[in-house]
Amino acid sequence: MTGSVRLRHNRIELALHELRPAVGRPLLLLHGLAERSPGVVPAHLAGWPGAVWALDLTGHGDSDVAVGAGYFCEALMGDVDIAIAHLGAVTIYGRGLGAYVGLLAAGGRAEEVRGAILADGPGLAGGGPTPTSPAVPTAVGAPPPGGTPDPWALYELTRDVRPPDYAATFARQASTRSGLDTALAVVGVNRPPWLDAVIQEPGVIECPLAEAFELFASAP
Amino acid sequence: MTDTTGTFPGARRPDRQRTVDSHGLAIAVHEWGDEAAPPILLAHGGFDFAGTFDVFAPMLADAGLRAISWDHRGHGDSQHAALYNWEADLRDAVSVFDSVTFSPVPVIGHSKGGSLMLQLADALPHRVSHLVNLDGLPSRRSFPDVSDHQRTKLMAQDLTSWLDHRRSLVNAQRKPGTIDELAERRARMNPRLGAEWLRYIVTIGAREDADGWRWKIDPTLRFGGFGPWRPEWSMMRLPDIGVPVLAVLGTEPDPMGWGTAEADVLSHLPAEGRLVMLEGVGHFVHIEKPREVTDMVMELLA
Repeated sequence: MTGSVRLRHNRIELALHELRPAVGRPLLLLHGLAERSPGVVPAHLAGWPGAVWALDLTGHGDSDVAVGAGYFCEALMGDVDIAIAHLGAVTIYGRGLGAYVGLLAAGGRAEEVRGAILADGPGLAGGGPTPTSPAVPTAVGAPPPGGTPDPWALYELTRDVRPPDYAATFARQASTRSGLDTALAVVGVNRPPWLDAVIQEPGVIECPLAEAFELFASAP
Repeated sequence: MTDTTGTFPGARRPDRQRTVDSHGLAIAVHEWGDEAAPPILLAHGGFDFAGTFDVFAPMLADAGLRAISWDHRGHGDSQHAALYNWEADLRDAVSVFDSVTFSPVPVIGHSKGGSLMLQLADALPHRVSHLVNLDGLPSRRSFPDVSDHQRTKLMAQDLTSWLDHRRSLVNAQRKPGTIDELAERRARMNPRLGAEWLRYIVTIGAREDADGWRWKIDPTLRFGGFGPWRPEWSMMRLPDIGVPVLAVLGTEPDPMGWGTAEADVLSHLPAEGRLVMLEGVGHFVHIEKPREVTDMVMELLA
């Protein structure tokens, strides 16, 4: 890691880490549920030709915890948007939870996300396509030393409902508004229902990581 | 400090106010009636606050109940949070319940508060003895028939607007104004409620700063937007409920209402359920007809 910046998203301070400076559009890494940003560029991502940055999502890594919880993926999309406001246009590589949040960001800021790569990782499925039996837990255990990952984030972000047609809408936003022939590349193996639906959309491909890098590195 | 609270016929401020810690957030709790009387809990709607029960709750108190309500996180006098979601609102409700009793209690919920209490009664049936739902049964909405292209365009506008809003939130404040100006702004969403009532609730739900009155509600919160939630996810809880249920709907269209039809509810009513349609009344049934709704509640409890 060569440095970090603190960015404000409403009442949360986010930690955005520069893993490798370089000329060219940054690759923005989004970690999985309960993970944090890596300290160095992971070996399998070293082939990206530009800079590499990584964002700790709210409740994770060096970012603030949301007191009283209330975590939801659209708020994490807002985290990513704050990072985009700082970095300018990016290509996203998201693992697990970060893949779903990356999809939302690619749909929400289609002109500034120049391709999103969706990979396997913790928290990929979320709470499934429909609500399950309701529960209202009042305790989820103590946070780890340092406070993150917030146990409430783990609880809430494994129960958030991810309807396939809702996810597909974001894929459609990304492909129609980005101007890219391919806006999303799925490089993982697992296919929760939301991702199955995303893959059916135009502008979404399944491919090896190297191919996704080549495609998005040369994207306008 | 000068008391700036307005007046309204029949309105009475709470007899007691306190705060409850809910997972690190201070939730403001308001009570009307004898502290030793049987409790009943009231959950307000979205963008409302407990003070909107200032006529209804005193009627319940005068009927012999201890009426307890709370400001949802980010609303009224409760603390503003970094994040808001449905699960957190439910936990806050349970924190308030825990501060009152662990025995089953009657609950009343209006609009969003009605949906919250419905889910709480489904998740924690041992905490609820009777459920009163005041136009808080979202039903499948009928969207206008628009093309896929148009729908994509509309969602793009929603997304951009929401993200732009999130980027602008640091140190954001609500717009100041006079009591009349704030009442006029609220009248756009509450057109059936009279100006006198709206001016009254400004003096409860807003604070007076040096440059004017501001609604206390967190400026982070905004109407509309998008998300995965579907209205039918709330209605599907209703058949599960095993305690006596009273559902009340107004028949008049209202901007804050769900437009839920009688047939939508009847098909989901549980065995111990009753639906009352109030003719000529809008979304705020307990504000437009507080006496009638109080009588129905007392009949249910009897």
